Amino acid sequence: MIWNEAKECMSRDEMRELQSKRLKKVVDRVYHNVEYYRKKMQAVGIEPGDIKGIEDLSKLPFTTKDDLRDTYPFGLFAAPQSEIVRIHASSGTTGKATVVGYTRKDIEIWSECVARAFSQAGLNRNDIIQVAYGYGLFTGGLGAHYGAEHLGATVVPMSTGNTKKLTTMMKDFGATAIACTPSYLLHIAETLEADGDLDKIKLKAAICGAEPWTEQMRLQIEEKLHINAFDIYGLSEVMGPGVACDCQYHKGLHVYEDHFLPEIVDPKTLQPVGENETGELVFTTLTKEGIPLIRYRTKDLTSISYDKCECGRTLARISRFKGRSDDMLIIRGVNVFPSQVEAALLEIGEAAPYYMLIVDRVNNLDTLEVQVEVDEKFFSDKISELENLTKKIAHAIQQGIGLAVKVKLVEPKTIERSMGKAVRVIDKRKLV
Amino acid sequence: MFINQLSVFIENRTGRLDEVLESLKEAGINIISLSLADSSDYGLLRMIVSEPEKAKEALKAKEFTAMLTPVLGVKLSHQVGQLQVLLAEICKAGINIEYTYALATGSDDASIVIKTADLKAAAEVLKETGVELITSDELVK
Repeated sequence: MIWNEAKECMSRDEMRELQSKRLKKVVDRVYHNVEYYRKKMQAVGIEPGDIKGIEDLSKLPFTTKDDLRDTYPFGLFAAPQSEIVRIHASSGTTGKATVVGYTRKDIEIWSECVARAFSQAGLNRNDIIQVAYGYGLFTGGLGAHYGAEHLGATVVPMSTGNTKKLTTMMKDFGATAIACTPSYLLHIAETLEADGDLDKIKLKAAICGAEPWTEQMRLQIEEKLHINAFDIYGLSEVMGPGVACDCQYHKGLHVYEDHFLPEIVDPKTLQPVGENETGELVFTTLTKEGIPLIRYRTKDLTSISYDKCECGRTLARISRFKGRSDDMLIIRGVNVFPSQVEAALLEIGEAAPYYMLIVDRVNNLDTLEVQVEVDEKFFSDKISELENLTKKIAHAIQQGIGLAVKVKLVEPKTIERSMGKAVRVIDKRKLV
Repeated sequence: MFINQLSVFIENRTGRLDEVLESLKEAGINIISLSLADSSDYGLLRMIVSEPEKAKEALKAKEFTAMLTPVLGVKLSHQVGQLQVLLAEICKAGINIEYTYALATGSDDASIVIKTADLKAAAEVLKETGVELITSDELVK
């Protein structure tokens, strides 16, 4: 079913007209309400009147995660605090979180976008949906929750952490759908299989996202659980989950472009690339009030297609992600930047700033090992002290990135020194 | 009064111990005693060697993390209960033993290496019991 046919199936001309109208409005809003944007626009000699439609989009300066860091926490908000009804936050590139705020209308629009995604997955008010994304500052849990409620479905807010309870309720409640990370769903599937419960569930669809996954993994999930699995995309800066989602034809993710205007640019030259050409995905939020973003660089690499889909939707489709143009990792749905680990190590002061992140997927769950060189400064000839050091480092990193890590002490000079950009990550997961 | 012990950090990887020993051989260092403590990821090689300073420099030149730690060498006779009696004295004095291992001196005794939290205090306690503490000079002669 198509949740909002008027918007999801409008002609390209109508869509461009709507986008142009909304773009002018949002540019006007940020210019007058956000000093940071005003200065940025003035620096390149642009005024709201110069933006007459989406054809003028490339005149506007880009926004990056660094801009969010520089204006931490509320500097990019375009609505007064009295209108902000919720805050979410995700990892920044250093110690500071990336903070976003939502007005009541933002939450309504977000809920509708997620409801559209669930609709694409064939769900409606007769479904029982388990939301097994983390609830909290992370947008996954509450985003999926509000969307599922907006759809009218029965929502079971599982959050993460207790797989046994989840599978028990899945059976007992007759849950028909689940929203969680794909790797967690595989883990759930294995738990069900081990308990001999695979034929005792009524699950028919899964809406998975918050981490990169492959088409093979999607098919594996479908086969194992006898369900349809859908790929939902989003990022907290732009909104959260529900910026785009694929339909039953699985030929790319439909972008809800009446709210989020997508562009693909060359990450080096920052010039727009053509249809179906790979580049960095850039979003301009068209209706957001709390923290509108102008040409926000997602660093996600993909391509875009404007052909009408077999499902009837005319919304642009982005292809499965081909990687990132920065060094951000997504581990168990959590954004991790190597620089955060470095900051944590430097804060302890005892460890050398030489480290290596080893990301792997064991039993379908992501693992993160941090190898740290033991240098003379903090070497001890007592195992107990080395163990304490390991714990201290693990704790500091955990505090910094919000993810449990295994710290392994390694000999000095075993981590490769490089003249150019240091290689800090070995990702053993086969995601692309 | 104390012996300088050489400690080396070794990752649990095939051949690493061999590389440490190789470096020491090249530097002409004689290993008198050694003990290897292991955890799941790494090992800690503790050695009493002929020239600790030179040995440490040789290992550092090969990018190993090495350090010198003063420890006590105690000469024991081959008699039942000798070690227990000595350790009881140290315990009585409220000194915690961090680790201990056998020390080969080449002569017919049963020497050990002891590392305690307060090394000086432990040395005093041991001296009072009348046992002989081994010096670095004795070991290399």
